[in-house]
Amino acid sequence: MMVEITVDGRVLTVQAGQSLLEACLANDIYVPNLCHLPGMADPPASCRLCFVEVDGMPQPVTSCTVAVTGGLVARTDTPAVRRLQRSALRLLLSVHEVDCKNCPANKRCELQRLARFLKVGLKPKDLPAPRKTPAVDDTHPCFSFYPNRCVLCGKCVEACRRAPGETVMAFSRRGFETILYFDVNAAEAGRCENCQACVEICPVGALVMKAD
Amino acid sequence: MNQTPENTPESRLAAIRRRAEDQRRARMDTDAPKIHIGLATCGIASGALDTKQAFEQALAEQGIEALIHTVGCAGHCYAEPVVIIDHPQSGFPPIFYHQVTAGKAKMLVKLFLAGGDPRLEHVYGATVENDLIPSVMEFPRFNREKRVVMEKCGRVDPEDIDDYLAEGGYGALARALAMTPEEIVAAIEASGLRGRGGAGFPTGRKWRLAAAATAEGKVVICNADEGDPGAYMDRTLLESNPHQMLEGLAICARAVGARQAVVYVRAEYPLAVRIVTRAIAQAEALGLLGQGILGTDMNLDIEVFQGSGAFVCGEETALIRSIEGYRGMPVHRPPYPAQKGLHGRPTVINNVKTLASVPPIIEKGPDWYAAIGTEKSSGTAIFSVVGDVVHPGLVEIPMGVTLRELIFDICGGVPGRKGFKAVQIGGPSGGCLSEAFLDTPIDFDSLTEAGAMMGSGGMVVMSQDSCPVDVARFFLDFTQKESCGKCTFCRIGTWHLLEILERITVGEGREEDVELLQQLGEDIKDGSLCGLGKTAPNPVLTSLKYFADEYAAHIREKRCPGMMCRALTAYYIDLEKCARGCDACVGCCPTDAVFTTSTRKKGIDQALCVKCGECMVACPPEYDAVRKVSPASLAPIIERPVKPVAEAEASATPAKDAP
Ligand SMILES: Cc1cc2nc3c(=O)[nH]c(=O)nc-3n(C[C@H](O)[C@H](O)[C@H](O)COP(=O)(O)O)c2cc1C
Repeated sequence: MMVEITVDGRVLTVQAGQSLLEACLANDIYVPNLCHLPGMADPPASCRLCFVEVDGMPQPVTSCTVAVTGGLVARTDTPAVRRLQRSALRLLLSVHEVDCKNCPANKRCELQRLARFLKVGLKPKDLPAPRKTPAVDDTHPCFSFYPNRCVLCGKCVEACRRAPGETVMAFSRRGFETILYFDVNAAEAGRCENCQACVEICPVGALVMKAD
Repeated sequence: MNQTPENTPESRLAAIRRRAEDQRRARMDTDAPKIHIGLATCGIASGALDTKQAFEQALAEQGIEALIHTVGCAGHCYAEPVVIIDHPQSGFPPIFYHQVTAGKAKMLVKLFLAGGDPRLEHVYGATVENDLIPSVMEFPRFNREKRVVMEKCGRVDPEDIDDYLAEGGYGALARALAMTPEEIVAAIEASGLRGRGGAGFPTGRKWRLAAAATAEGKVVICNADEGDPGAYMDRTLLESNPHQMLEGLAICARAVGARQAVVYVRAEYPLAVRIVTRAIAQAEALGLLGQGILGTDMNLDIEVFQGSGAFVCGEETALIRSIEGYRGMPVHRPPYPAQKGLHGRPTVINNVKTLASVPPIIEKGPDWYAAIGTEKSSGTAIFSVVGDVVHPGLVEIPMGVTLRELIFDICGGVPGRKGFKAVQIGGPSGGCLSEAFLDTPIDFDSLTEAGAMMGSGGMVVMSQDSCPVDVARFFLDFTQKESCGKCTFCRIGTWHLLEILERITVGEGREEDVELLQQLGEDIKDGSLCGLGKTAPNPVLTSLKYFADEYAAHIREKRCPGMMCRALTAYYIDLEKCARGCDACVGCCPTDAVFTTSTRKKGIDQALCVKCGECMVACPPEYDAVRKVSPASLAPIIERPVKPVAEAEASATPAKDAP
């Protein structure tokens, strides 16, 4: 069933039950996001960027977790929304190795896009944070992993899950130490042959194919 | 179902209870003395197992017939190991003894049980009114409490269901089985009961939501994860009277139509796990749980699930994920568990205290319960009051009692001559309140309004010798380590909060840090995915608000007013007071920082001092020469003599550990 909703004053006709984030993106209304992938049954809602304000809700909400209903009214650019988005982005950048010139994702990096859109400097000076070591993990036969570029959006894990065959990727450790994990044994046994799904989907150049 | 009067749940229970009472009478109705020993974890930690052994040994040695009755904890931590001796032949009423060590136990067997002398100097009080010994009920710590959830704690043997039955246990379940599910839900709604797991969500509303769900395979879960540092109410309840929670759980299952129940206890509570597991088996054996409960068609399978101890697994969605075998990470709500919970089925999750409140409500009626406490927060609150307080322990009070009454009247206030500085309520999710809030009534809404929260019921009382900045740092250190790492704000934001607080407490704070803490704290609160992140900044935000001057002192003057932050304090020896030739402080210094001055008094080498404070303890009170100051620069510089005095005087015998 199609319903009408209003976003930033525009009336949109969208599929009822669809997430508000998807409805906005499908109608060329950009809402910052990192962990969203179309077709996920339960959005992780972990990057905390896609905030919007919805009439009737006291605080900004993540648009990926709002199912649209007819008559919904939302705004994507209020001060409260921007404040949370900038804060989340600054936190992500505080642990990100900003070295764009030497990064293969330069110019197509999602963090650069977000920083430009939200008008946030790439190097938040007041939030110094340590880097993970080693800075490069070369244990996987096909790709190199750069933990200090990774934003833990989880798209690679989801892409790996969707790819045929056994899943190789997951998160490991907890809290600030959370890091991407991949099963090198499965990879060496050939699981990753002819599949670059994770590398292709990485929005920040954290997974880079080895130049065999 | 057609029920003749003989096989109604109530009549079946009456038969079970008669048997329990008979068995108990056969054991307890003797003239022999009865010794009740508290054997919950708190008692055991203070040596109650040794006490019990000492009683057994002494009774055998003296050839005295007496009954040892192990019970749980009555909440009086300051008095552990607690023993109540009921010696009818002595003519005295049952007597409450405190701090009963093994030695005291042997003495009591000899002098009281054999000799009839209760040793008044060791008596805390009689447990009942009488003409011989003042009753404990004359103390506020006893008479100001209102026991609903803990009523039977410390009275029944948690490992013997007959005790609970003889005290009226499972009567509420029998009654609930005669009610319709709708009537049960309505009664819980009318009681005004709100969830004791922290957030205070109306329990009746939660049950109604789950009862209305049409999906099959509903589940009820008791949340006994209890991860707050300093909180131990749930553990104590399970160790002292597991059946009251189980009875509540069964009533909940009956109300919402669930046939499966899970008790989620952290594996770090081995005694609680053992006692609950045993309690379930005993209840099942009597037909009080399990299949065909009390002869009805109600079935309930109860399983104990041992959590691995992550704080975040107390959060209901993470708890469900962990039972399902995934990483214990919260997921977005809605959908709420009552709609879509364990394996996608409607699931009611309630805290131990919430469920244990249910049997008394069914038994005595919702109006009785609603009359306790305040209008919007009915019933009682249980706090584990710890820290700088005379009578720490578990306290159950009616909602609406003020913080001042709880801390000062009931728990005896701050010991010694030190003043009160702050109280941290609700553990790592709660807030740090100042003296100005002492007249705040304890209820869900007033505490939230003050910036703290009921949380699970941890309460830490702090004297003037404490530092709110350091307390905030302590709790952030906890939440930061316990963050699951899923969402940006909690994963990275709490790390930065902690980093800033750590800098401030070592004297490296900057003027702009206060603003940064405030902004970041508010963003983490508004932006996080689950309750852990949403409440983690509370200790910082409240201490910033109520103890701004302490932050300013740390940052601008490098001074810690409570003199807790080691980097900002120093010890020195007042040469005016130090006694020539006294060596009391020398031996206790772990780093050899104490030296002898040229006048044969003592000085402290600040470069070596680790600020443990041992010298201050060791200095004889008649000299009282060791001083603690903040900022550290206030300590006068006393030079170490170039050649150590002792060595110069006795150069014939060089110090043995000289290089
Ligand atoms: C980080 C975190 C930890 C929690 N820990 C517990 C806990 O240990 N015990 C508990 O009963 N509730 C805990 N809760 C609250 C639960 O999510 C849930 O609200 C509660 O179990 C519901 O029961 P109630 O309605 O009886 O309060 C926690 C919540 C959060 C966000």
